[in-house]
Amino acid sequence: MSFTLKTIEEEKMNQKEKKIVSLAAAFALVFGVAPAANAMHIMEGYLPPKFCIMWGVICIPFLVAGYLSIKRTMSKHHRAITILAMAGAFVFVLSSLKIPSVTGSCSHMTGTGLGAILFGPSAVSILGIIVLIFQAILLAHGGLTSLGANTFSMAIAGPFVSYAIYKLCKKLKVNKHVGIFLAASIGDLFTYCITSVQLALAYPSENGGVLVSAAKFLAVFAPTQVPLAIIEGILTVVIIIGLETYAKSELTDLGFMNGGEN
Amino acid sequence: MTKTKKTVVILLIIAVLIAIIPLFALKGAEFGGSDDAGSVVVTEITGKDYKPWFTPVMETWIGGELPGEIESLLFCVQTGIGVAVIAFFMGRFVERTKIENQKKKIK
Repeated sequence: MSFTLKTIEEEKMNQKEKKIVSLAAAFALVFGVAPAANAMHIMEGYLPPKFCIMWGVICIPFLVAGYLSIKRTMSKHHRAITILAMAGAFVFVLSSLKIPSVTGSCSHMTGTGLGAILFGPSAVSILGIIVLIFQAILLAHGGLTSLGANTFSMAIAGPFVSYAIYKLCKKLKVNKHVGIFLAASIGDLFTYCITSVQLALAYPSENGGVLVSAAKFLAVFAPTQVPLAIIEGILTVVIIIGLETYAKSELTDLGFMNGGEN
Repeated sequence: MTKTKKTVVILLIIAVLIAIIPLFALKGAEFGGSDDAGSVVVTEITGKDYKPWFTPVMETWIGGELPGEIESLLFCVQTGIGVAVIAFFMGRFVERTKIENQKKKIK
């Protein structure tokens, strides 16, 4: 009796395993058919000078606003400088980790969501540009000529979307951590959407123009970035939980703890 | 283990799994970098080889491409700086909370 029970149980296990394997296979297949290519930042020298200057100019007001915003926050809550340093370091770490993705190529995260949620989106533009300059000069990753465009996508557009989603979730009374997860991961994805659009504007397709070209670039970037965006969301939530536990007073200074459930 | 601790551990495990699984699921995949792949799409769209009009300053300085090992070293430096800052401040926060809690107990 016990023997038959055992075999039935084993069979059940096998069925379950089979289900898991086939699910995983389907998952891999869906993502696997996407072309194995991606780009993290726009490469040095790949953006025509006209566009380099244009994106650079667009960034300037955001950077000025970011500088002023950081200055204001620091003079009001001097202690929060430690949290700002951590948010900057978070961008440093996440944008240096190249993670393998389901498409068979690597990409990295942006890490800008955390700063955007804690300090507002414009402050992150300063943190982001520091990382981008570091990578452009020392790592030949991204580039000085495409710095403006990369700053706009990673340090301005992404954080602004993160911030907007975070605020929206707060208003809709979504669980705080779920809101942070969504904000960080969608902001990360949006960065790569903007990169696609930027490349498409510079390289419109001969038949179909900018939109076709944008779709092409997006098809290349998006599948690689989706799992990474999820990781970024998770890591941001983990850091926030850590800060909530150990640095409550600083977060209260920044107005983060108000209106939360905790 | 408290509930928060459990959540954090579970979240971290999920994050690591998402990162690691493709490595095993897609055996033999290249997991190549990005720069070349991006230029391939540009070539595909414009229909001709695109010549970058500016070479990275580092490549101009050392007169060639950055060796792979050095590149990974620099990436590690970047990660290291970030982790150091986060760990340093997090450590301070943790200790501070501990001391504050002890003070509360004495009172």
